[in-house]
Amino acid sequence: MNEWQGLDDLLRSDPLDPGCDAALDLMDVYLELFLADAAPERRYPGVAAHLRGCPACEEDFRGLLAAVTGA
Amino acid sequence: MGSAENEGRAGDGGRGGRSMDAESARWVRALSADGEAYEEATGRLHALLLRIAYAELNRRGSRHGITGPELDDLAHQAAADALLSITRKIGDFRGDSRFTTWAYKFVMHEVSSKLGRHFWRTAGVQLDPEAWERLPDRLGADPVRQSEARELVAALREAVDEELTERQRRVFTALAVNGVDADTLAAELGTNRNALYKTMFDARRKLRARLAANGHLPLTTARRS
Repeated sequence: MNEWQGLDDLLRSDPLDPGCDAALDLMDVYLELFLADAAPERRYPGVAAHLRGCPACEEDFRGLLAAVTGA
Repeated sequence: MGSAENEGRAGDGGRGGRSMDAESARWVRALSADGEAYEEATGRLHALLLRIAYAELNRRGSRHGITGPELDDLAHQAAADALLSITRKIGDFRGDSRFTTWAYKFVMHEVSSKLGRHFWRTAGVQLDPEAWERLPDRLGADPVRQSEARELVAALREAVDEELTERQRRVFTALAVNGVDADTLAAELGTNRNALYKTMFDARRKLRARLAANGHLPLTTARRS
């Protein structure tokens, strides 16, 4: 069996992943839990799965993080 | 794909169900008002959103290279459309996050969307015929196992040709193989990021099943935090 992580990631399809619209809907709440170090991935595993699999939404999340923290 | 029904904003999610903070409540009152109070609030919010739009465009600057009047146009368009979404949806805001956090996510979405449309208009979606050959490097294949990586890519390419619908093939080839930005492809195909992601999700499942059946990959992905 192959151990090529990049290919494994490319073909990632987590059944918990709710898609972009649902992840965007919760992104603000997820981000504040993230900033509070309150394990958002446990409360919102679907959003966490989506951010791992969707580069576009992950980029929006990084932007939101920068906007909120002033980074 | 999963459902967000069990990950709603209410209940014990968000900020533990605590009440709306005072600043957020002031924004909601002002944006739900009429007349002068509403005009003042939207003006103030627009200025804030515009500052965030510029900051986000600058943060992504090394990837888009847009400057000057074009950058100004994008920032103003993103801020204006974010403001429109916010004022339309203000009744949905329940204080699960701070108002500004909630509002800024609309700016992020609009910046992504505007950049996608900009690149579609100015450059279109360019597919590189040699992108498949470069896939092992792009996906960080171990240099000492290039032969195995090329074999896997060949198996993947065959699965793309044989397992996917025409639309799935087009979307997968653009996003996964060529690294095209999702919002740019969405603009070209006249769709949105969410619909493209659903297409990609289904394509990935088919391809993984095929590669797993042939012993190339495990059927399920190793979860990473």
